[in-house]
Amino acid sequence: MSPASPPVRRVKRRKRGVSGWVVLALVAGVGLLMLFPFWIALINAFKPAPDYIANGPVSLPTELDFSALVDFWGGVDFNRKLLNSVVISGSVALIAVTLSLLSAFAIGIGRIRGRIWILALFMLAFTIPQEALVYPLFVLTRDLGLYDTMTGVIIILAVLQSAFGTYMLSSVLGTFPPEVLEAARLDGASRFQVLRLVVLPLTRPTMAVLMTFFFIWTWNDFFLPLVLLPSADNQTVSVALGALSGQYTSDPTALAAASLAGILPALVFFLLFQRTLMRGVNLGAVK
Amino acid sequence: MPSTNTVTLNTATHAVTPRKGTSERRGGYWWYILPGAVGFLAVVAVPFGMNLWYSLTSWRGVGDPVFIGFENYQRLLGDPLFWASFRHSVAFIVAMAILPTAIGVLVAAVLFNYISPKFGSKVASFLRATYYLPQILPIAVAGVLWKWMYQPQYGIINTTLRDLGLGGLAQNWLGDSDLAIYAVMNVLVWLQIGYTVVVFMSGLSRVDPALYEAAELDGASWSQQFRTITLNQLRPEIAVVLITTSVAALKVFAPIFVLTRGGPGTSTIVPAYFSFSSFFTTTKVGYGAAVASVLALMISVVAVALLRYQTRNSEGFDDGRP
Repeated sequence: MSPASPPVRRVKRRKRGVSGWVVLALVAGVGLLMLFPFWIALINAFKPAPDYIANGPVSLPTELDFSALVDFWGGVDFNRKLLNSVVISGSVALIAVTLSLLSAFAIGIGRIRGRIWILALFMLAFTIPQEALVYPLFVLTRDLGLYDTMTGVIIILAVLQSAFGTYMLSSVLGTFPPEVLEAARLDGASRFQVLRLVVLPLTRPTMAVLMTFFFIWTWNDFFLPLVLLPSADNQTVSVALGALSGQYTSDPTALAAASLAGILPALVFFLLFQRTLMRGVNLGAVK
Repeated sequence: MPSTNTVTLNTATHAVTPRKGTSERRGGYWWYILPGAVGFLAVVAVPFGMNLWYSLTSWRGVGDPVFIGFENYQRLLGDPLFWASFRHSVAFIVAMAILPTAIGVLVAAVLFNYISPKFGSKVASFLRATYYLPQILPIAVAGVLWKWMYQPQYGIINTTLRDLGLGGLAQNWLGDSDLAIYAVMNVLVWLQIGYTVVVFMSGLSRVDPALYEAAELDGASWSQQFRTITLNQLRPEIAVVLITTSVAALKVFAPIFVLTRGGPGTSTIVPAYFSFSSFFTTTKVGYGAAVASVLALMISVVAVALLRYQTRNSEGFDDGRP
């Protein structure tokens, strides 16, 4: 019996092997298609314009020419946009996570009355289209002197994102082991001490996921920053890029350079946070 | 001594003070929700109420709004632009929800059940990462990138077609009112596939491998296993993904703003862009607010479906106590 089975197995495996490689080639081909726009932006951002006109977008650059990238970077003061994006995204992530934790503590651990309705309201806050809030927010920020300030956008985005965070964290804290909380209370811990010394350390991984997501969402956010931060000095990376879609159309390599400038920070976040991102995608979808 | 003390204390709290203790404790937790509640009021509730009020007025953004009742809504129903924008929303639900879900289930199953056992999980997760990459881009960046690729004279799509001797197929992709919506849909499919693949792959990781082993022993082919096991086991993920991506499709704004601004003509206008341009381009604030309110209503209906689905499916989230 045993001498007979290995050959059978081997034949079967080899047979699978051929179709296996075909399938691998197919899924890898789709993967290449997904990556193609990134590649094409990369090679053309460094291509001299005459080279592009002569050889088209597919060929590799004959020489490395940084002028398109340098022109774009200086032209829109990209350093400034990067700094604005970092400040806004970082503050939003920190504030939103803090707000989420506080609210979720009351809902998930404190089990306050009417929490289902409160959660439903919070859910409404992050599903409601921003178009249904934007004009009043425009009017209110103008009246409060927060229009065209980063502070205004930070407050608004932090609240909107904390609605999602509260929703997520409440269900995580709802399953928090009661024995741990009981033990802490017996040791005489106050509510705030329970939050800071027991709940916070134990939910740190979830908080890290939320923080990463808040940061990246804010970085990518377009609509509210577009409306509420009109001046070039306050613009974020996303808005700066979205606003130039009508410009540079006569210069074939300028848009590639602009795209690359927008891709680079996103790529850095991706490499830094890949695992967190994958975990977070599922946290949002299935939990 | 201390240990016995703790034990007595423990029983004491359990025996004597449960009702009084919990009600007192619950009251104290209200402080923690206060910052979130204030933020919600200031950023969501009050502005949304204001938006509803604006939608009942005629207002150009300066001076005082004039109350006109439901006139804006009545006018909306007769506005072909309004209906066109929602027709385009249906196209974007196809591009952001239906196609990526169909492709995502298939790709996830191939990666998880086929590639991963044969070539190792590293290969599978590397491929997963390549599919996911477009998701990390700011949509504005993706828009600029595709706008450049679609460019009629020097864009890569047309130059490649010409190089292949297929110059007749070259088109003004975003400038042709019949083609523009498909060009935008194509970008959205590219953006969305990664999300569905990631969610469905992790869904598959909780499926009991014994199911597939049993099917294998019964001689079920890969496609039979896909239909009977994979699709069935992924049902909750598929439902959640379809609902959340449909909500996203109804909200779509940035790709339209960057790629076409609703044009050419009105061939790619969507509700979000329609209300945005009513607010800030044509300054018909009341009318724009009415569009935004209708959009909010439609999204809420979809979102409530999601909420009901999720609360039905997650135990431990709430025990039903008031």
